[in-house]
Amino acid sequence: MLKIENLKIEIDGKEILKGINLEVNQGELHAIMGPNGSGKSTLASTLAGRDIFTVTSGKVTYLGEDLLEMSPEERAHKGIFLGFQYPVEIPGVSMVNFLKTAINEQRKYRNLDPLTASDFLKLMREKKDLVELHSNLTNRSVNEGFSGGEKKRNEIFQMAMLEPKLAILDETDSGLDIDALKVVANGVNKLRGKDNATIVITHYQRLLEYIIPDFVHVLYKGKIVKSSGKELAMELEEKGYDWIKSEVE
Amino acid sequence: MAVTNTMENLKQELLELYKVNKSQINANVGEKIKLARSKAISDFEKLGLPTRKIEAYKYTNLEPVLTGNFNSEFSADPFNVNLQEIFKCEVPELDTHVVLVLNGFYYHENVLSDLPEGIIVSSLAQASVYHTDIFNAHYGNYANTSEDGLAALNTCFAQDGVFIYVPKNTRIEKPIQIINLCFSFKDLRINSRNLFVAEDSSELQIIVCDHTLCKRSYLTNSLTEIYAGKNSKIEFSKLQNENNHSSQLANTFIYQKARSNVHSNILSLHGGFIRNNVFTKIDGEEAENYTYGLYFGDDNQHVSNYVFINHAKPHCTSNQLFKGILQENASGAFNGKIYVSKDAQKTVAYQRNNNILLSPTAKMHSKPQLEIYADDVKCSHGATVGQLDNEALFYLRSRGINEKEARHLLMYAFAYEVLSAIKTGHLRERIIDLVDNTLWLMDLLN
Repeated sequence: MLKIENLKIEIDGKEILKGINLEVNQGELHAIMGPNGSGKSTLASTLAGRDIFTVTSGKVTYLGEDLLEMSPEERAHKGIFLGFQYPVEIPGVSMVNFLKTAINEQRKYRNLDPLTASDFLKLMREKKDLVELHSNLTNRSVNEGFSGGEKKRNEIFQMAMLEPKLAILDETDSGLDIDALKVVANGVNKLRGKDNATIVITHYQRLLEYIIPDFVHVLYKGKIVKSSGKELAMELEEKGYDWIKSEVE
Repeated sequence: MAVTNTMENLKQELLELYKVNKSQINANVGEKIKLARSKAISDFEKLGLPTRKIEAYKYTNLEPVLTGNFNSEFSADPFNVNLQEIFKCEVPELDTHVVLVLNGFYYHENVLSDLPEGIIVSSLAQASVYHTDIFNAHYGNYANTSEDGLAALNTCFAQDGVFIYVPKNTRIEKPIQIINLCFSFKDLRINSRNLFVAEDSSELQIIVCDHTLCKRSYLTNSLTEIYAGKNSKIEFSKLQNENNHSSQLANTFIYQKARSNVHSNILSLHGGFIRNNVFTKIDGEEAENYTYGLYFGDDNQHVSNYVFINHAKPHCTSNQLFKGILQENASGAFNGKIYVSKDAQKTVAYQRNNNILLSPTAKMHSKPQLEIYADDVKCSHGATVGQLDNEALFYLRSRGINEKEARHLLMYAFAYEVLSAIKTGHLRERIIDLVDNTLWLMDLLN
């Protein structure tokens, strides 16, 4: 589904990613772990189409197509979803208007008619239940005045609404208390399927107690320095990142 | 020096124009208008036209606008124009009492039915003759001609416009919609004048729409005086939507008594050159004033807002919020001042100006000011000039919303803060639709 080959990325002349190789197939869940500043968020944003980074070499193929050639909206239409580490507050744009526009744009791309108001509301209720979102977040402006936990739950809610093929969750667990973490993990697990794939980016092993990954990768100084099964996460929790650092350097 | 000379010459020309046409200008107006006029003439001789040397006009150069080649008409066009046919209002289906004003003159065929008892809506000239008690008690009392050259100039030439009177304890259900139309075979200089009086405990909603119906150039120097009696509630909305050859200098003077509530919405959607001056004096306790504005500029347009709120009495609240989006070579200016006099303790006054520039060549000058002489007040002011938020844009696009739509959503959201404050419900909805359309047309960069 996704193939990253020798991807190198710069921002303001500084190399952040120094040759990433990663392959993600349908039905898989990959966890990318690593200390702060290792380039995890840069990788996530690049895959979603953020244009503040410069790709200096390498290529990314998604469903057989060159991903880096596509605009962010095109990537979304083709099923990529980024759960933001810091979801943006957009005062004045209502959640309902935002989601309705997003869904209908995606439907238009798939040659489907726009959802009727009642179908849209029905879908929203259904997905709210799925991700256990019982508050009235959907009556407010996008992320405006949301608490940290509400923002993250809202990301998972959007993911449920948009039903992506490839979901990339950037530090979705950061700043969450244990209850919120469980809700977020539950949402992710319910949305996992054999046709889609998920990349979970996290600093801590904690989330991986609830979301069991098929593969764990350690990103350090812009490179994936270790890849293994879910047991790698446990090892990291036990020994800390210093263990990796000393092994690499 | 050249600048001063041109404006000085123009001043002399205008004074001369008055002398030559004096009898016609004064033909149909009452004594109070003439009285105010003679004072205004000597004020105008002293003040002249505002140049950039005056702080309030530092970023708004009136010279190229004022010195254009305009004709003047000192009597109403006697012909019947089928205005219904030539004019389709952009805010249709508004349930309002419509008053048409053609080139500054109250249109003689205006028919207003089902107005509540005691309410007067008439031509200003007629009111100055037939309603002298009310008219003389207010006309010229709020517009200070000795401080502002444009107010003096308007008062020198003022002949007609709209007069509205709402008696005590009276409420108009439907808003009164004044439609100012410019339509002529010559380029015109227009000096229209309005007076709105809302007595104690009355309620009034007014919407003023400005339109040009042809491609002629117009220079409108209008003046509106608004009196808000004790406990009265007024919503005053101004919708400016004119062609690129038109220049509009709109002066509004508001006077508020105790516990009155005045809410103004100054919406500048289009026009070649727009200058709004809003002067408010809050002269009674526990009164509230909201002066909101929204402006869009493209091409080589200039949009300038000057707001002066004078807190003369204690326990009053005022809030100014002006937001603008400019693109191409458009330029804008915001100059807002909150003045709190020594006696106006417990004043709460806010002022904010936010701007988005869509192109590197668009320019905005913002100057929020506080002048406070009382020691127990709560006042704040702030201004920003920025671009569309790239983070927000990316967030929207990452959900599949295309760039054009995403930009539109962000601009709409930016404007919505001002629009959502419009109190009259159906008016708010109509204006929101109109702004939505304007924004679609505006964002040329996509």
